[in-house]
Amino acid sequence: MNPANYLILAAMLFTIGTVGVLVRRNAIVVFMSIELMLNASNLTLVTFSRIRGTLDGQIMAFFVMVVAAAEVVIGLAIILSIFRTRRSASVDDVNLLKY
Amino acid sequence: MTHETLLTAAGAITSTSTGEAVTFWILAPVALLTAIGMVLVRSAVHSALLLVANLFCVAVFYMIQQAPFLGFVQIIVYAGAIMVLFLFVLMLVGVDSSDSLVETIRGQRLGAAIFGLGFAGLLVFPIGSAIDDGSAKGLDAANTGGNVQAIGRLLFTQYVFVFEAISALLVVAAIGTMVLGHREREGGRITQRDWMQRRFAEGAQVTPLPGPGVYAQHDSANTLGLLPGGGLASGIGGIPAVDPPGPPPVDGQASGSSPEGGPAAGGPGRPGGDTGPGPSGSGGGGDGGGGGDRPDPDPVDANDSALAGAGKGEDR
Repeated sequence: MNPANYLILAAMLFTIGTVGVLVRRNAIVVFMSIELMLNASNLTLVTFSRIRGTLDGQIMAFFVMVVAAAEVVIGLAIILSIFRTRRSASVDDVNLLKY
Repeated sequence: MTHETLLTAAGAITSTSTGEAVTFWILAPVALLTAIGMVLVRSAVHSALLLVANLFCVAVFYMIQQAPFLGFVQIIVYAGAIMVLFLFVLMLVGVDSSDSLVETIRGQRLGAAIFGLGFAGLLVFPIGSAIDDGSAKGLDAANTGGNVQAIGRLLFTQYVFVFEAISALLVVAAIGTMVLGHREREGGRITQRDWMQRRFAEGAQVTPLPGPGVYAQHDSANTLGLLPGGGLASGIGGIPAVDPPGPPPVDGQASGSSPEGGPAAGGPGRPGGDTGPGPSGSGGGGDGGGGGDRPDPDPVDANDSALAGAGKGEDR
């Protein structure tokens, strides 16, 4: 099997994550789609690390994981604080900048 | 054996075995289907569970691509910690807060689908055309001495400054979460004394209410409950009390707070005369034990007062 198949799979997963961000309204599901995109990029990094024969891609994937963890924590805290005031987790309800 | 010879030796290995191909062709459709299901399914909890399945598939891909450390970190951190955090916030926000189907922007879903197809084509077809003979150098040379050891060595030598920056990022994220989640308490802490003072000032029910299913408005012994048949219970053993001759006032009967109402129902076991002489109203029903030997009870009045009392008791 060609190891570049992993790259195609990662591209598909990334696309699905993008469509999820565009389509879904629940902010938590939007965050899950972002997680899916980050995972797809991680899979690409690991695959390239294997194709190139060096470990740098794995290190970068590790860093991406840490950044994703921090991002999820901050994002969920923001969602919770918005939910406290607006009683809603829908991204359509947060259009305060519009008015 | 020098580094170059190791690399050339590793370069000869295409490093894709049959087992890996089988694993890939089984798990890649699973990963794709769980990802699509995560986007399409209505319930947020279901999409979280599908994302967990997808993360496990990707973790297996890491492991069979000679990155066992990342695979286990993926399972522990992503599927363990982050998804539990997601589910926790989902439960906190409310599980039933599903998506609305109203499109704020007209044709957004169709546009997103078309965009997704085009984006997938843009990503996939160049990769597919750029695929060469499929030889990967493999990580056998780089992983000598263990994958974890090799990653640790790189992490603390070449990438040590990035590592420090990442740790600073983690600290900032933790502090930011505390700042975001903090809520100022207005007016100081409410003590138990404040609660009690507010409760008595409002003048509502002060004592605890009786348990559910009990047809009584008070726990007090001088207020009689209702029997299942509608009669008034006496104080002793649930014997139906004989009603007083005159129809007692309904509100006094129900609430039991007036000196002539509830006690005037005349249970024989009730401690008699605790409400005083019992002015008039129910015609001397207040004397102790008067109900038991009364010759001519009136069942209609008893039923009326019992129903009124039951109605009062139900709307509590």
